[in-house]
Amino acid sequence: MQRMVDNMKIGRRLNFEEAWKLYEEGEFHSLGHWAHQVRLHKCPADYVSYVVDRNINYSNICVCACRFCAFYRAPDHADGYVLSHEELGNKIEETLSLGGTQILMQGGHHPDLPLSFYEEMLSFIKSRYPIHIHAFSPPEIVHFSKLENISSAHVIAKLRAAGLDSIPGGGAEILVDSVRSRVSPNKCSAGEWLDVMEQAHKQGMRTTATMMFGHLEHPKDRLQHLFALRDLQDRTGGFTAFIPWAFQSKNTAIHRSPETAVSYLRLLAISRLVLDNFDNIQASWVTMGPKVAQVALHFGANDFGSTMIEENVVAAAGVSFRLSTEEIRRIIQTAGFKPRQRTMAYQWVNPKE
Amino acid sequence: MLNYSWYRKLELEDVCKKIEARERLTLEDGERLFACPDLLAVGALAHQVRARLHGNLAYYVMNQHINYSNICVNGCKFCAFGRERGDPLAFQLSLNEVARKIKDGLSTLITEVHMVGGCHPDLPLSYFEDVVKEIKAVRPDVLIKAFTVVEIAHFAKLEGCSTREVLTRLRSAGVDMLPGGGAEIFSPRIRALLCPAKLSGEGWLNVAREAHQLGIKSNATMLYGHLETHRERLSHMLALRNLQDETNGFVCFIPLPFQPMNTKIEGAEPTTGVEDLKTMAVSRLMLDNIPHLKAYWVMLTVKLAQVALNFGADDFDGTIIEEKIGHMAGAESEQALTRSELERTIREAGFEPVERNCYFQRVSNY
Repeated sequence: MQRMVDNMKIGRRLNFEEAWKLYEEGEFHSLGHWAHQVRLHKCPADYVSYVVDRNINYSNICVCACRFCAFYRAPDHADGYVLSHEELGNKIEETLSLGGTQILMQGGHHPDLPLSFYEEMLSFIKSRYPIHIHAFSPPEIVHFSKLENISSAHVIAKLRAAGLDSIPGGGAEILVDSVRSRVSPNKCSAGEWLDVMEQAHKQGMRTTATMMFGHLEHPKDRLQHLFALRDLQDRTGGFTAFIPWAFQSKNTAIHRSPETAVSYLRLLAISRLVLDNFDNIQASWVTMGPKVAQVALHFGANDFGSTMIEENVVAAAGVSFRLSTEEIRRIIQTAGFKPRQRTMAYQWVNPKE
Repeated sequence: MLNYSWYRKLELEDVCKKIEARERLTLEDGERLFACPDLLAVGALAHQVRARLHGNLAYYVMNQHINYSNICVNGCKFCAFGRERGDPLAFQLSLNEVARKIKDGLSTLITEVHMVGGCHPDLPLSYFEDVVKEIKAVRPDVLIKAFTVVEIAHFAKLEGCSTREVLTRLRSAGVDMLPGGGAEIFSPRIRALLCPAKLSGEGWLNVAREAHQLGIKSNATMLYGHLETHRERLSHMLALRNLQDETNGFVCFIPLPFQPMNTKIEGAEPTTGVEDLKTMAVSRLMLDNIPHLKAYWVMLTVKLAQVALNFGADDFDGTIIEEKIGHMAGAESEQALTRSELERTIREAGFEPVERNCYFQRVSNY
């Protein structure tokens, strides 16, 4: 296995069999060590970045009904909502006053709202607030395209014109259709997810990519997911970052015990080793908690994610860690790195910091 | 086999070789390990020692915690548990109440009762003898790990007798082993700042020595992450190591991360994961003569304790049932774990779970 890693250093990539062997059999500390070496080599070594943002859910009304989700509400449910422009505006003002540089805005698959609703929402925000809009996800884009009967590429172009700046990598779950058909049968396929991102990248838009693991997939499926992302990144170079996290089961329709921290750290490490064309790998304190997310900074992660001024989706599954900017900076420092605030595109907010 | 080039780059090759040759580390070696920026390098060293001692086994115990009272005269600044008598949250269990708690847990097979409390101003030694006898009466098969060295010294003072006599009387009543609490950090500087009324570090070690000489084994703890330096942590470990060389009476070392909520230490922040794992690993490497190292999930969180099993820890502690001390200081973990949760957590971290008693003997109750 040392030879595989040595090969990586001279630019020879890991293939699927090698990655699987490393993932399955690689000694825990060695795996982490190799991932950490790659991270130090690739990224501005001393820094761990974070973004100050807010996750706004414009609506929780959804016809997708994914089995792993505790957030959605069916149409006509008493707790279903759609945010008004006023509510949206208040949240954004608060975000700006707290030093936020972006909003991450997602919702459910609403059965009735036309594309124009979203275009108006974007224009409303852009006309009033100097904030980066990182919004929707490939499943939402595909949903809009089906409602409007136009291509995903066309949907992206329209949303972009209305003010969309970038697209978060959500809804990826596991990019293997046999898994998707079991956990999220009404959601877009793996191919459709990848296609949306390819279209977005071709139109000059940056996006992230995610993985939610630890539900009904086989560990090999996780690797297949990574290689699918690597291939697309080879073609477009449009992904800024990869964020894996473990499924949280409370209040969902999938009853299994959570992935352990050890499993999460192994997955993070192999992600860093496989995704040799991704600059940034984010630790997930929201799902794993601050202690484990900090340790992840030695297992291949170079970014600590977001301050999450607001977060609803994971909280619905019964996991609600909260961290202030000061706490995040302290965690990064005590891990031995310099904390630095960034934008969505991984530029430093303060060039002199 | 460790990769020397990794350690050469970190200027720790000599320490790495010492560990492979089973040579004892110095305090300076410990400082260099704490200063090392590469967490995994230190972890891998600790893991090698752990694997040598315990293979891939990870121990857990089916136990119950009881706090007989939280009324305490010490007023330690790092504590959120102790209360003055008359405080609305002060409590003190009668013999019947203790018996009740034990009886309530009877449907669960436990091997150990862990019992500690505050340093109460006037409960006589006879109360404690009676409590212990009562527990043994309700659960004759259980092992009782009760009263820290600090409590023992306190009982002796109140009773006007020697700690040796206290230990002898309690052992006759049914105490099998002493828990490791009250050690905090032995450094006089820290104790003067944080717990001047408490038994001194030297006093703690003396009473532990006495217990060991009487054939009573004990654990040892270290409360870290408040105001102490790395050097003070290491001196604490070395003091334990030296005593162990003399008596061989310590069974398990438990590093405890300080939990700041509801305590009186200004500006204290909780420890971070990296600090917790580093301290665990350095403990394993420095304490070459204490067989077991516990990742106390109550204070570390279950998730981090799993990771800690790869950083030198071989024990996952227990089911506990009603943990109070850490939780009153803001510990965010659950207050109990079931056997199946414990076993699953250990297995999925890559280890084989082994149920044990307080002496780390294998137990098979089913």
